[in-house]
Amino acid sequence: MWRSVDLRELWNYRELLYFLVWRDVKVRYKQTLLGVTWAVIQPLFAMLIFAFFFGRIAKLPSDGMPYPLFAYAGLLPWTLFSNAITSGSNSMIASSNLITKVYFPRLLVPIAAVSTSLIDFAFALLMFVPLSLNSHFRPSVNAVIAIPLSTLLVFLTALGLSIWLSALVVRFRDLRHVIPFVIQIWMFATPIVYPLSMVPAKWLPWVKLNPMASLVETFRGGLSGRAVDVTEVAAAAGLAIVAIVSGSIYFRRLERMFADVI
Amino acid sequence: MTDIAVHVESVSKLYRIGAKIDSRSLRETVTDLVRLRRRASEDGERDLWALNDVSFQVRHGEAVGIIGQNGAGKSTLLKILSRITEPTKGRVVVSGRVSSLLEVGTGFHGELSGRENIQLNGAILGMTRAEIRQRFDAIVAFAEVDRFIDTPVKYYSSGMYMRLAFAVAAHLEPEILIVDEVLAVGDAAFQAKCLRKMGEVAAHGRTVLFVSHNMPAVRALCERAVVLSGGRVVDEGTSAAVVTRYLQRVTSPAGRDDLARQIAGLKPDPSFRLLSVRLLQMGNDVATISNGEPLQIRIDFEVLSPTMGLHVYFQLLDLEDTVIIESIHNGDTGEMLVLSAGLHEATATIPANFLAPRPYQLRVLAGVANVRSCVGEGVRLTFDVEQTGIVNSSYPGYETPARLAPHLDWIVTVPS
Repeated sequence: MWRSVDLRELWNYRELLYFLVWRDVKVRYKQTLLGVTWAVIQPLFAMLIFAFFFGRIAKLPSDGMPYPLFAYAGLLPWTLFSNAITSGSNSMIASSNLITKVYFPRLLVPIAAVSTSLIDFAFALLMFVPLSLNSHFRPSVNAVIAIPLSTLLVFLTALGLSIWLSALVVRFRDLRHVIPFVIQIWMFATPIVYPLSMVPAKWLPWVKLNPMASLVETFRGGLSGRAVDVTEVAAAAGLAIVAIVSGSIYFRRLERMFADVI
Repeated sequence: MTDIAVHVESVSKLYRIGAKIDSRSLRETVTDLVRLRRRASEDGERDLWALNDVSFQVRHGEAVGIIGQNGAGKSTLLKILSRITEPTKGRVVVSGRVSSLLEVGTGFHGELSGRENIQLNGAILGMTRAEIRQRFDAIVAFAEVDRFIDTPVKYYSSGMYMRLAFAVAAHLEPEILIVDEVLAVGDAAFQAKCLRKMGEVAAHGRTVLFVSHNMPAVRALCERAVVLSGGRVVDEGTSAAVVTRYLQRVTSPAGRDDLARQIAGLKPDPSFRLLSVRLLQMGNDVATISNGEPLQIRIDFEVLSPTMGLHVYFQLLDLEDTVIIESIHNGDTGEMLVLSAGLHEATATIPANFLAPRPYQLRVLAGVANVRSCVGEGVRLTFDVEQTGIVNSSYPGYETPARLAPHLDWIVTVPS
């Protein structure tokens, strides 16, 4: 079954993947007034709003970090995740003109869409440096391992889900309207505006079922000095791989009809 | 290895018309699950076999033309050959690297510059980065856009855009090239350039599958041709023989039905009734006209009551609705002759070596001079003319931009 995904063919088309990402990035930053700044504005504004409502007014705890930084550090992996899923799930429909005219492994489409989100993430991550300098916050050395590791896993989780969703959306168009809504709820179910330490103990097992909860905690914990929890990370990695493998199999099964119905 | 490049084996393709069986909304699926049924053969849905048991082979280095009327299944076949969609039954075995051109400029993005689009489009069509780099200058030179290479293509004229798009496609070097009617776009000079390039590709021993309505092009470029009709292969052989047989076939039933429907739909007139319009060459009904032979336009009608000024006439138009010729049945007789009551057969002859090899529309009308039209807007039919006459025969492959191509006498003398 897995052989049907044809990894070698995917590898042969790696240059097209590069060009698809390159195109999306170029087109996105051309003809926009603020260009790359958009990548930073989105999490920055969310941070300001959260800092005001949850930090100032609700006075949520923030694990020893300044609250705005705490929120921003949680928003970084989350924005990567939600942007990746949003563009990934719509990617097949958005590329219908290519899909009906040229052959290439269709899996490249969601892979490219999700990869493009990494670029925005990189700019937003850079923004963390002036923000932490501004509030005299010194990130822990743990970040050197925790950030790349959790970013990779967020990417893989988003990829697995996007592969599933991009194929499902071709089949069931109205899913497109459901996805943003689910992402919104998912965000509040993930410890972003609040720390995981604030979650009552009896709910913890449920919260930990959400792979994004442990990934956001790993990402942010790396900055604040928490050690990487190996079992948490391994579980998230396992889930990501299951999503990618099962998604690819489902995607390939639907692939034969994409050009006819898209 | 065999010498077969493309092996099409009993390929059939089913489309469901009227029901979106595979992109249903979530709600429909959920309700179906609840009721434990599948939505099939209801809601006016019907099956359409776009291809039905199609088999043929193409050898390495061979150029094969695929011809057929609209709806014959050519596009579906191309999509299957280029792996865009899969056959419902049967299989296709292709040995060699395939590039398919179902349109030029696939994936072009208006915001990107010419340079960027060359890279992107090249990658989409299957070129490696190294190949794109290596052919970049040749592509730019072919497209004649070097001054604008860093301008976003949305500022290009449509001509420049097409040239650039074709230039990338023309520099593909696959083992097997599958081409749809990309040549149908652009002006005549551009089409001629594309045709020349296609000829080069075929001459370099590469395998070419070429789908076209352009019969002279098929005959010039391809050794063999396959005719599709109603999703089946109905004729196959050397392209010269196949094209000739194809052109001799009578007007398609669909075309005839359409004309008959137009005639039946005319408002009744007290003095005139149109019965039929036919295109005849050498006594046979034809769908495609050879411009080396005279063309008879035969109009059968009935006069219900003799009326002063009643006349039958036709117009020949191009596809943009420009009237090129207009001729009235009694227009040149010096006086209006009154038609007697009863059936009449009127025949107008367009001489050989007069029409250009291009599609035309024929519009047949009738009226009472200065009073009314007897057939409203008239009836129309479209036909294609293929080059068989002597006009421009010294320059095969040249496509004249002219709407008519009459043979004229030239006398060239050397002054003494």
